[in-house]
Amino acid sequence: MSPIINGFPRLRGLKMKADPRDVNTGVYYIDGDVAAGQGALAAGCKFIGGYPITPSTEAAEAFARVAPLAGAMFIQMEDELASIASVVGASWAGVKSMTITSGPGYSLMMETIGFGAMLETPFVLLNIQRGGPSTGVPTRTGQADMMQSRWGSHGDYEIIAISPDSPQEMFDYTIKAFNLAERYRCPVMIMSDECVGHMTERVVIPPPDEIEVEPRRFYDGQINEYLPFKPDENLVPRMVKAGDGYKLYITGLIHDERGYPVKNEEYKSIYTKRLVDKIRLNKDKIIEIKEEETDDAEIVVVSYGISSRVAVRGIEKAREKGIKVGSLRLVTVWPFPDKKIAELSKTVKAFVIPEINYGQIAFEVERCSYGEANIVLIPHGGAGVHTPDDIFHAIEYAAKEKKRIEGIIEYKTKLEKLIFEEGFKLYE
Amino acid sequence: MKADPKGILAGTYDLSGSEACVEGALAAGCRFFSGYPIQPAIEIMQRFLARAPQVDATFVQMEDEISSLAALLGAVWTGKKGVTATSGPGFSLMMEHIGLGVMHETPCVIIDVQRAGPSTGIPNRPGQGDMMQARWGSHGDYEIIALSPSSPQEMFDFTIKAFNFSERYRVPVVLMSDEYVAHLREKVIIPPASEIKIEPRRYYKGPKDKYLPFKRDKDLVPPMVDIGDGYKFHVTGLTHDDRGYPVMNEECQEFNVHPIVRKIRRSADKIVEVQEAETDDAEIVIVSYGVISRVALKTLEKARESGIKVGSLKLITVWPFAEKRVAELAKKVKAFVVPEMNYGQIVFEVERCSYGNANVVFIPYGEKEVDNTDDLLSVIKQAIKEKKVIKGITELHK
Amino acid sequence: MGPLKTIESKEVHPMDNLLRMDRIPHIWCPGCGIGLAVNAFATALEKAKIDLDNVCIVSGIGCTGRVAGYVKLDSFHTTHGRAIAFATGIKLGNPKLKVVVFSGDGDLISIGGNHFIHAARRNIDMLVICVNNFIYAMTGGQVAPTTPLTAYATTSPYGCVEPPFNIPYIADSSGAVYVARWTALHIRRLTNSITEALNKSGFSVVEVISPCAVYYSRINRLGDGLDMMKFYHDNSEIRHWEDTKNLDIGFQTKIIVGKFVDRQRPTYNESYNKWLSEIKGTKDEG
Repeated sequence: MSPIINGFPRLRGLKMKADPRDVNTGVYYIDGDVAAGQGALAAGCKFIGGYPITPSTEAAEAFARVAPLAGAMFIQMEDELASIASVVGASWAGVKSMTITSGPGYSLMMETIGFGAMLETPFVLLNIQRGGPSTGVPTRTGQADMMQSRWGSHGDYEIIAISPDSPQEMFDYTIKAFNLAERYRCPVMIMSDECVGHMTERVVIPPPDEIEVEPRRFYDGQINEYLPFKPDENLVPRMVKAGDGYKLYITGLIHDERGYPVKNEEYKSIYTKRLVDKIRLNKDKIIEIKEEETDDAEIVVVSYGISSRVAVRGIEKAREKGIKVGSLRLVTVWPFPDKKIAELSKTVKAFVIPEINYGQIAFEVERCSYGEANIVLIPHGGAGVHTPDDIFHAIEYAAKEKKRIEGIIEYKTKLEKLIFEEGFKLYE
Repeated sequence: MKADPKGILAGTYDLSGSEACVEGALAAGCRFFSGYPIQPAIEIMQRFLARAPQVDATFVQMEDEISSLAALLGAVWTGKKGVTATSGPGFSLMMEHIGLGVMHETPCVIIDVQRAGPSTGIPNRPGQGDMMQARWGSHGDYEIIALSPSSPQEMFDFTIKAFNFSERYRVPVVLMSDEYVAHLREKVIIPPASEIKIEPRRYYKGPKDKYLPFKRDKDLVPPMVDIGDGYKFHVTGLTHDDRGYPVMNEECQEFNVHPIVRKIRRSADKIVEVQEAETDDAEIVIVSYGVISRVALKTLEKARESGIKVGSLKLITVWPFAEKRVAELAKKVKAFVVPEMNYGQIVFEVERCSYGNANVVFIPYGEKEVDNTDDLLSVIKQAIKEKKVIKGITELHK
Repeated sequence: MGPLKTIESKEVHPMDNLLRMDRIPHIWCPGCGIGLAVNAFATALEKAKIDLDNVCIVSGIGCTGRVAGYVKLDSFHTTHGRAIAFATGIKLGNPKLKVVVFSGDGDLISIGGNHFIHAARRNIDMLVICVNNFIYAMTGGQVAPTTPLTAYATTSPYGCVEPPFNIPYIADSSGAVYVARWTALHIRRLTNSITEALNKSGFSVVEVISPCAVYYSRINRLGDGLDMMKFYHDNSEIRHWEDTKNLDIGFQTKIIVGKFVDRQRPTYNESYNKWLSEIKGTKDEG
């Protein structure tokens, strides 16, 4: 008899502890990719469908090694489209699933990400960002997929994106990503980058009873009363899995509560409003930011991922010089903390945003400051990180600038001067 | 350069948006189409196929959207102008190759006939849900140009514009149409060839041994060559120097990618095009694009009749966004009212560029018919009453 | 980091005009067979007496995918798996060009599998040189759809459990007009095959079994490049016209090489032009 019909106790929405078989407790010296694989395992992930792409392959390989021992499955599919499709399928078979990729693979996955969002499938996607559009610089870092994670697929949908900045966070936030995916039944993107993925640091994996794992919220009522897309109060419907006798029909076509495609004549767009509302209206419970010394700050550095680590030294230098600098680190990048930025914009002179791209989250900061603060972007093309000096000098400039300038001020970094003003030769 | 008379059926016709769009492509000199059938872009494919023999064009139906855009990117290098047409799900599949087109700096036009809903959605209902995707859909930093037609005549005109932009800036250009306009039948005037201006491809004409494929002109656009002309050039999707050879370091990344982004940003003033109506004394401005601008213009008339000072800002180029104009207007008006057939996409850009100087009111135009002006009018009437400047996007209901 | 320096060599090799000498040294590892395949290709280009201005080479992503960057022809380095689709566009855009796709087994048969069978079905006039090293080398040694059963790779750490593809069989059953397989050892026969294929019109496939000294043979303890060549010497059997069904490759088993398919079929361009001339002159429906 299926445990679902009998009302399996964990369905009451109680918090669950990790399964001891999945957790390799201990203190390790591993890189971010491997830590993410361990985190996935600890969260109860039982399926990874992946495709090799630099710089994310170590995560897939590490998972492939440990998976059989934990009863999990790894399969290398024929391409990224097959990988994400297999992940969505595995989720509907009742297992927590994840895929691992980088820029070009992420672009290939867009259609199926939209499909997963439409079907309200919980899954996690780890994107180890790399440099440049197209093939770019495969072996070096970048942070240029941030806007893509929000808007990459067609139509309206919402996702959650997290940006870890260390191997320890890769472990911790992968578990959190799975929990959010189950709670909101949406794709959760872990927007890491090559630096954090390949960085080797101390990672502490705690004992299983200290790890909280969100169970899948399965439906536990009568089979004949089941409506696949009837939401609970938090706007998220209960899930079932294939093989439990529900004779479920799910489709990417716009569907009603029964999951049946809506007839053209009766189509109203209200069917898809809930897809965006369930994240937008629960925003405050999802957003996680780390603030430091923002109360009396004149400049606040807004950063995420590896840039936030580089920013630490830049901010230190600026503080030594007497500038009141605060730091706002975005742990969840999407949904974007618009209220916090709007609040801070009233008290600060300027936001300084170091990003390894030519402006992505800076546009969001600009949008949410409503013209009350200057926006200074420190861009970087990728294949490297900012220097603390660039960040420090940008903060100095922002502190000195008295005028309120509309639009994004692009700070000219040393690298830009080197290439375009000092005639640096790439070859001879 | 004037258009090739062979491709042009000069005259006045009753054409659907899809048909007008194909005529525009042929008028612009496009002689290659690779596509994959997807509703509601099928009519574009079939019209091109029917016209291909008459103009010696090449048509191929590829095995999926990914290979459609890949084949297009290859064909353009043989000296042809090319186009592909798709809808939401196909557009999502094309994202990786849009990145390749940006990196190779290939001039091409992609027509996205938007349909309702994420994922499979509803294949034969209009939508405007791909607008942000056109700008940010592919990975990495890049800029593209996107145009939004609102009638069959505009489908004809803007397709020619799209080809001209793509040749001038060597960038993929997306024509963001939608199912309603593609299937709508209206009068289309096709002018004679002598009245159509075509941007020629910018070719390199110097000595073969001194050719550097990515050495940029003053406007940051490098001149191109064709395969088979003896230049033996190399282009790659990896970050490359001006010889086209891959170099894997941050200096080359800055050298290669920053100009790709800047060539559009710096020329934004020459690219951005808007159509304004009665904005001089307006207190409320309706910002719209594509099919919804039809409703906006009709509502404008009604609102003016009832005494409200309303103006309209219709975006012809949606990307790059009309930042300067919106910022200017924000200082004069009380509120922007933004109707869109989605749950908020371009309205975020309007919010960003108003810098808190005007209210931003959003109306999702999903279930409303395209000729329904009542809802928009009632929202305008509520917006005009609001005295405070409210930060953030307000959604008002009728 | 300073600018890259190009060292000019004083002596000129007779093949230098076919290679981008300003990019040599190349990135391939010692013991890799790709260099041999490029050598055979360059020699074949000369033997085939084609106008090099009219030849265009397209590669995908991977170790073999870098070939386009070292050969001095109009060359394209495209996305993973889509080299054949890109090349289809080039051929249809200008049918006078001779298009060569030079890529690896993972790029052409895994992610590019769909495009491979369709281009073969359509009989697009192009030459596909597939260097098969049984592994995804560029990304660090993952399993490929040609990795033999039980072989190790980083993503099949307990041995590969999936039966591999037989590339000549797929090519033959999808409709390719010329199918041959050689190892990197059979350099002269490989050159002859490529020369033949260059002069043939239609979808031609030449598979090159090549050693990967750093990943495949190291992970599976098969020695280095030279040991792999010795293995090919002792274990390859030339059987021309063999039924492609029988060409499976197991882990360290016999490798059957030779020319298997050489037939004639109308190419896509021929069929298309025929259709075009039949349709032309018809009034359009408006």
